[in-house]
Order: sequence, then C-alpha cells, then structure tokens
Amino acid sequence: MSTQTEYLAGPAGPRDAAKAATRGRLRLGDPIFRVIATICGLIVAVSMFGLTAVLIVDSWPAITGVGAKMLTTVAWEPSQGQYGALAALVGTALSTIVAMVIAVPLALVIALLLVELVHPTVGRVVGTAIEMLAAIPSIIFGMVGLFVVVPWLQATVVPWLLNTPLGKVPGIKPGPSFAGGGLSVLTAGIVLAFMVLPFITAVSRDVLRMVPQVTKEAGYGMGSTTWEVLRKISLRYANSGIVGAIFIGLGRALGETMAVAFIIGSVYNVLPHSLLDPGTTIASLIANTFSEATSKLDVAALIELGLILFLITLAFQVLAQIWLRRVQRTTGGRA
Amino acid sequence: MTTTVAQAGNTGQMRRRPVAGRKLVDRLVKVSSWIAAWFGIFVMGFLVYEVIKRGIVAINWDFFTQPTPQDATMTSGGGMANAIVGTLVITLCAALMAIPTGFLGGVYLAEFGRNGRVATMVRMVANVIMGVPSIVVGVFAFGIIVKPVQHYSGFAGSVALAFIMLPVMARTTEDILNLVPNELRESGLAMGAPRWKVTLGVICRAARGGLITGATLAIVRVAGETAPLLFTALSSPYWMTGLFGPGGFFGGPVANLTKTMFDFSGSPYSYWVQLAWGGALVIIVAVLGMNILVRLLFQRGKEW
Amino acid sequence: MKKPASSWRLLLVAAVALALIAMALGVAACGGSGSSGGSTSSSMADTAVGAGATFPYPLYSKWGSDYAATGAGKINYQGIGSGGGISAVTNGTVDFGGSDAPLSADDLSTAGLVQWPQCVGGVVPVVNISGITDGQLKLNADVLAKIYNGQITTWNDAAITALNPGVNLPSTKISVVHRSDSSGTTWIFTNYLQAAAPGVWKAGADKTVSWPVGVGGKGNDGVAASVKQLSGSIGYVEYAYAKQSSMVTVQMQNKDGVYVKPSLETFASAASQADWKGSLPSMYLVLVNQPGKDTWPITGASFILMQKNQGDAGRAQAALAFFDWAFKNGATSAQSLDYVPIPKSVYSLIQKDVWKDITVSGTPVWQQ
Repeated sequence: MSTQTEYLAGPAGPRDAAKAATRGRLRLGDPIFRVIATICGLIVAVSMFGLTAVLIVDSWPAITGVGAKMLTTVAWEPSQGQYGALAALVGTALSTIVAMVIAVPLALVIALLLVELVHPTVGRVVGTAIEMLAAIPSIIFGMVGLFVVVPWLQATVVPWLLNTPLGKVPGIKPGPSFAGGGLSVLTAGIVLAFMVLPFITAVSRDVLRMVPQVTKEAGYGMGSTTWEVLRKISLRYANSGIVGAIFIGLGRALGETMAVAFIIGSVYNVLPHSLLDPGTTIASLIANTFSEATSKLDVAALIELGLILFLITLAFQVLAQIWLRRVQRTTGGRA
Repeated sequence: MTTTVAQAGNTGQMRRRPVAGRKLVDRLVKVSSWIAAWFGIFVMGFLVYEVIKRGIVAINWDFFTQPTPQDATMTSGGGMANAIVGTLVITLCAALMAIPTGFLGGVYLAEFGRNGRVATMVRMVANVIMGVPSIVVGVFAFGIIVKPVQHYSGFAGSVALAFIMLPVMARTTEDILNLVPNELRESGLAMGAPRWKVTLGVICRAARGGLITGATLAIVRVAGETAPLLFTALSSPYWMTGLFGPGGFFGGPVANLTKTMFDFSGSPYSYWVQLAWGGALVIIVAVLGMNILVRLLFQRGKEW
Repeated sequence: MKKPASSWRLLLVAAVALALIAMALGVAACGGSGSSGGSTSSSMADTAVGAGATFPYPLYSKWGSDYAATGAGKINYQGIGSGGGISAVTNGTVDFGGSDAPLSADDLSTAGLVQWPQCVGGVVPVVNISGITDGQLKLNADVLAKIYNGQITTWNDAAITALNPGVNLPSTKISVVHRSDSSGTTWIFTNYLQAAAPGVWKAGADKTVSWPVGVGGKGNDGVAASVKQLSGSIGYVEYAYAKQSSMVTVQMQNKDGVYVKPSLETFASAASQADWKGSLPSMYLVLVNQPGKDTWPITGASFILMQKNQGDAGRAQAALAFFDWAFKNGATSAQSLDYVPIPKSVYSLIQKDVWKDITVSGTPVWQQ
C-alpha cells in the first residue's frame, strides 16, 4: 500500500500531511484484517468438514456393526435389533417424486402466467406475494397438512378415488398397511409440493423476466405464438436458472422434516405398496425416534441415517452443478 | 381446413405448418395455464387464509404475556410468551455468532480470496452446507454440545441455527459486495486509505442496504426452523431463569415457539391446538412483515 | 473528510444492545431470584427436569403447575415416550424418567436405577366412526386383537356387529392407529392383547412391536390427534387424553365377561388388586386383565425411575420433594383426571424401602 501511495504522490499538500500522520500507525491494520477475514472464510469450510467428521465418527459403531445392510434391510426396529433404512429411503423417494411431479409443472405455468399472460401490475403483486410465501417456515405447512389436507383426503378424496377405476392401478391400489389414505405418502407429497412451489415459482419468474425483450419480439415478429416463444426462446434462455431452482427445491423436499413428520404415518417396518399407504422418510424417522434411542448402537445407527441423508443431498447438489455446467455450455444461456 | 401463411420475409423454403393448429395449441396452453396457475395461487392463498382464520382466535393479551399452559384442562388463559421470548433469545445468540463471522467470510470471498483456490473451495463448501437438511445439523449440534455436557440447552440450539446461518450470510455478503463497482475500491485506495478502511468504510457503506437485508432475511429464516431445536433446546413450559442452572440458557431446555407449536399441534386438546395456530399466525406476520420492511427500507428504487 | 463507518458502528452497537436487552428480558421475566450457580448448590427453588411417558403427562403437568404455585419448586417434564424416558435417565440427561413399562430387576441393577409407581391409569380404545357416540360401541379382546392384526377391516364386519346388536355400523374401512415411538402405553396394551387373546395376538408385548397394520402417532397425544383427523379410525390412549379431548371411547369386556366403561372406579378396581408389597424391591407389576366385575381390563401403573448414584444432592432432593408432595397432596388432582393415586400404605413403603437407595456418595438423599 505504501509503495502505491508514494508512486501516486503529487506535490505536497494537505493529503500528504494526512498520509504522513497515519503512515506509521496503520501497517498492522491491513494484515490483521486480512487474517481475520481469511479465518472467518475458513471457518465456513471447517464447519462443514467438522459436520462430516462428527457424523462419521459418531456413527462408526453402526457403520461397522450394521454397515451396508442398512441400505438393504426394510424394517427399522431397534428393539428387535433391526436397523433397516430401506422403508425410509423408499418413502423419501416416493414423497419427493410426488412433490416434484406436482410442483414443477405448476411452478412453470404460474411463472408463465405472471410474466406473459397477465397485466404487469397484477404479475408484480402476485409475484411478490409468492416470494413472501417462500419464506414461510415448514412447520406451518405441516400443521395445515395435518388439520386440513389429512381429514379431507381421508374422508372425501381417497374413498372416492378407490371407487373409480384408478383405484385398481398398481401404485394406487392400497397395500397391506393401508390406513385410510389420510396419513400417507401421497399426503406428504402434496404438502411438500406446495412447500417448494413458491420458491421454484419465484425463481422461474425472475429468470423468465430476464429474457431480453428484443429476443422475444424477434420471435413474435416472425409470427410465433406465445407458447412457441416461451418454448423455443424463453425457456431455453432461462434453462439453467430454472433447473437450478428445481434442484434446490428437490434438495429441500428430500431433507424436509417438519412438514412430513405429522402426516406420513410413521410406519417403519413395511414398504409402502402404494401412494395411499403410510410410510416414513429418513428425516422424519430421525426426528421421531432420536430421543428414545437407548443403546449406543441405536444412537449411532440414527446418526448413520443422518449421514446417509446428508450424502444423498450432497449427491444431488453435485449432480446439479454438473448438469448446470453442461446446460450452460450447450445453450450459452445465463441466468 | 389448413391455411398456410407465408412467414414474414421467407421465400417459401420454411416448412409450412398450419396456422390454425398452432393457434389451437397456443390457446389450449393459455387456457390450461390460466386454470392451473390460478388453482396453484388459490391453494397458496388458501393456506395463508387457513392460518389466519385458525390463529386469530388465539391472539389476545394473554397470548403475549402468559407462559405456555401445562394443565390440559385449561381452556383459556396461558399463552406463548415464554416461547416467543425463547425463540428471540436463541435466534439472537445464533445471529451474534453467525452474522459477524459470515460477514467477514463473505468479505474474504469478495475482496481477498476472489477466484483463488481456497476461496473457490470455501464457496463450494458454503453452497453445500446450504443444502444440508436442518435435522442433520440438529444431530450434529447434539453430538458436539448436548452429549458432552449431558444436558439440553438453548445454547446448543443457537449453535445449530448459527451453523445454518453462516454460509447463507457469507454468500449473501459476497454477492452484494460483488455488485459494488470496482471504481469505488480504486478511488478509496488511491486516496491512501488502508484496505480495511476502504472495505469497511466505503464498500460496505455503499452496500449497506443489501447487507442489512441479507442479514435480516437470514435471521428471519432460521427463526422459523424447528428440526435443529428438536434435540438441542428441546422445550420448557417456564420462563428462562438466567444464564446458568437447569432453567438457564446454557444450562437446560429453553422454551421456543416452533417446538412448542410442534408439540401443541400434535396434541388432541383443541385449546392447545388453537395456541399453536396463534403461534403460526405470529410467525407468518413476523416473517412477511420483516420481508416487506427490509424491501421498503432498503430497496427503494429497485423494482419489487 | 466525513467520519467513516459511523452508521456501521451504530448498527453494531444496536445489535449488541438488542441482544443484551433480549437476554435481560429473559432473565427479568422469570421474576428475579431464579437459581444461578453451578451444580453443587441446593436451592429449593431448583427446577427438576424429567422426561418420559406421555401416559401420565396430563397428571404430572397438573401436579407440576400446582406445585409451582406453592412456590416450593418447579418441575419440567417432557413427554417423549417411555423408551425415551428410560434412556434419558440412564444417560443422566434428566433428573428422573417416566415409564409405563417397568424394568425387570436385572435391567434395573444393570442400569443402576430404582423405580416406583407414581399413579395408575387406564388405556382406552378410542374410535372415530360417524354415528357412534361415547361409550356406545362394545368390543372384546378377541375382536380388538383381530382389528390390530388387520384381520377385521371394516366396521360393519360380522364379528363387530355380533357384539353390538342394534347399532348402525357403517361399511367404512378401519384405519388402525398405534404408537410410532417406544411406548409404555403400547407395553400395557399389547400385554393385554397377549394375556386376553393369546390365540390371536402374535406380535408380542413390548414398548415397540412389529405392527401388522396401521399408522403410527407420536406419543399418546399423537395417537389421539391422528384418530381425531382420520374418519373410521381406532387407536389406544390413556384415558385422560380421551376425556380431555372429548373423544369417543368404547366399552370393553373384562375377564369376568362384563362390559365396562372406562372410569376412575373401574381403574381403581383393577389397581386395588395390585400386590405392591410383594413386588419389592423392583416393583415390577403387570395390572392388565385383572378379575372383578367392575374392573377395567387395560389398566397399568406409571413408574418413575431415578439413578441410584446421584451427583447433585440438591437436584435429587428437589425431585424427591416433588414426588413426596404429589403422594401426600396430589390425590384429588389425580382423581379429577381419572388417575388412581397410590394409597398411603404403598407410598410409605416406597419412601422407606425404595428411596433409601437413592444416594449421594453413599448417604441417602431423602430424609424422612
């Protein structure tokens, strides 16, 4: 710093006096600041490695005792010595898939509506409202799920559904653990869908708005319809942003605890045979059983479950990064 | 049937596609978008409406001054006051730990590390932590704080929340500082000011709107978390009795709003459920209110 | 030049001030003289922390708020299930644990714990069937076991209508609700099914079993809440939960063949047959399926567990003082919630023979 100021020095003046007055004192300020900032930056990294290390160390008795069997055994019944995560894994996968199948098309359609099809002011107001909804904590979704969605499904929707031909389709036909359909994988999926919907919608809308007007007008000028402009121009342009948002929503749905814990039925010992069967997810299994883990192996096994969940979300994030990089290379879009 | 129209400026070399068909598809998409989109918006609005409808009956003076009821035979009186205060204290403690550290980490990423190897790694790691499920963070905090000292504590809950806040704060700070034009840095340095003064006094001052917004939104976000508190701060029906001892912040379970809502809404007593809805309403109002407030105060001129 | 970064300093000061104010609020709001200091002080205003069974939770929390009103001390009891209570007290993370499933004498000595019954209550099947009112439906152990086995799947099944002539039962599918957590209530319930319907119920009797059908609710409150939300469902809860949330209970056929309704009287009839003296020192006792024409067949005691070797005499004393107060002054509250209090003959025994084993460095904590 001091060499810079010397080089730029002009004729002596009030600035030189100020510089001279401070010259000796501040040589330590910058290195100290830099060191502190670097340390804080490293704390971020260290905390993550610390998390991974603690998870691995604390679950070690289970990794050696149960090991990979956890991924192939169905039932989680510590009192019988069974530590199977398969039921939880299947439940997690099913509820997340249902959530994404509902949320992604809806999000895109709402974003399209807000950007292209309504009056700009309406679009702005509704869009802001949706952005705010994305900040609502997940426990509130769980509560609404339990008190509104569950009774409605149990009393109205599921009995109706079972009377239609749809009720015989494998995947909807109730399995042996069916308990009315109110507390089920489907309910959890629906609630999860509306939990991630605001976020994906908000990002899609932002990203679609950033498509340059000129490009869209070029399409309209060629005689394209709204839908064609959206499909061939806007979505290509916004691809990476939307895909990124979908992956983040996916990660949230995978790891969600509170929205699901009330409403998925907490059945740990059988696989759900249909969407209407109750089940469990890894996150809600941990939340519901952690406080009563009696032996060291029980606790370690639960922490191993946490590690598995962590690795799954990690894998999806890595996948997202790879996908995004490929998409950006082929379409050249920025978002 | 089919009428073709020559595309503007072409010489008939493009594939002829019937306009009517394309118009039909477009119309179909528009109609179904309208229906589906308004359905989605309606459901989201319905959710907020339900919370308001069920929660508003619980809001009265007692709600904000009385501690949580223990006696299930009560059908009035009692409130969520100790839970609200507990959440405030736990969140503020987490913020005290995470905001300065995250801010300085973001400064490192934006100003010093930039595109270096270490900074790239830190950035990647921050992105990863932001995707970690909050229950895993709770398990982690249980492992490093609750297990060694053999009791639950509000502080353990703060640690878990701080862990979640840290990377959010760092990345937000970095993004915002990156928006500040380089000319400001150069002019500050050219005046002879040391680096730290330029960074803190000039750059951050210019970006302070965005920084305060980022910090506030990070705090508000973790205030609504439940899973990290399940095995750390647990809950309590009493007021916090200071810092240490079995009722204190560092010594024992501390009442908090989200865990109490979880417990009450899973109970069969309609009065407790009503209190839980009241808590939900308070949270929604707080979250939305803070969001609106920071936008109003700090993003004047920026389009909403 | 302008003063640099003054708004930043202001912000920093404001944030710190806010944090301090919030902490001060937390301290002040308790009303001042709260306990401070470390683990060796023995202030009578200490909070004793306990966790465990949700079965007695309505009673313990009522006792807790009454006890706090006397100013003698505070009790913070968290309902996390009997399994959770046992592991918490074994690990030392709480001062006392609550469990409806008592430990055997061997398990007690391995874990270094003592246990005693603090109250007796009844486990009651609750249903949510349109058109059925409280106390209207009659069931017996055989039918109940078959429902929980998944062998009876609709409410108008022949086996159920045979027990309920004249009652209009719909064809709704039965949604079975059980506990998802490790539960003493489950232990009592499955012990009953095993004792009264041994040919039908094969899943065993424990705090958790491999349920053939049904969804899990967390805690007694979770089961009650689930039954409330699911039409056509059946669950089992401690009676106070059913009564306080106005749920629909059923009549059960007891060992003598009589159909009884759950009430303080029918629970007390079962409790009066308990031979507590003979169960010393572990006090392990199963109270299901007792004889008597007024007996409720699914009755059980809820136990308190404490470590034998205590580290902090003050905390142990605080807990024992609470239980002493509850024995002597809590009978009316217990009865108002339909729990059977432990009679004086039994609790004198407990205080004499069981509490003497709770020691700090060899000296018993409880002074008579």
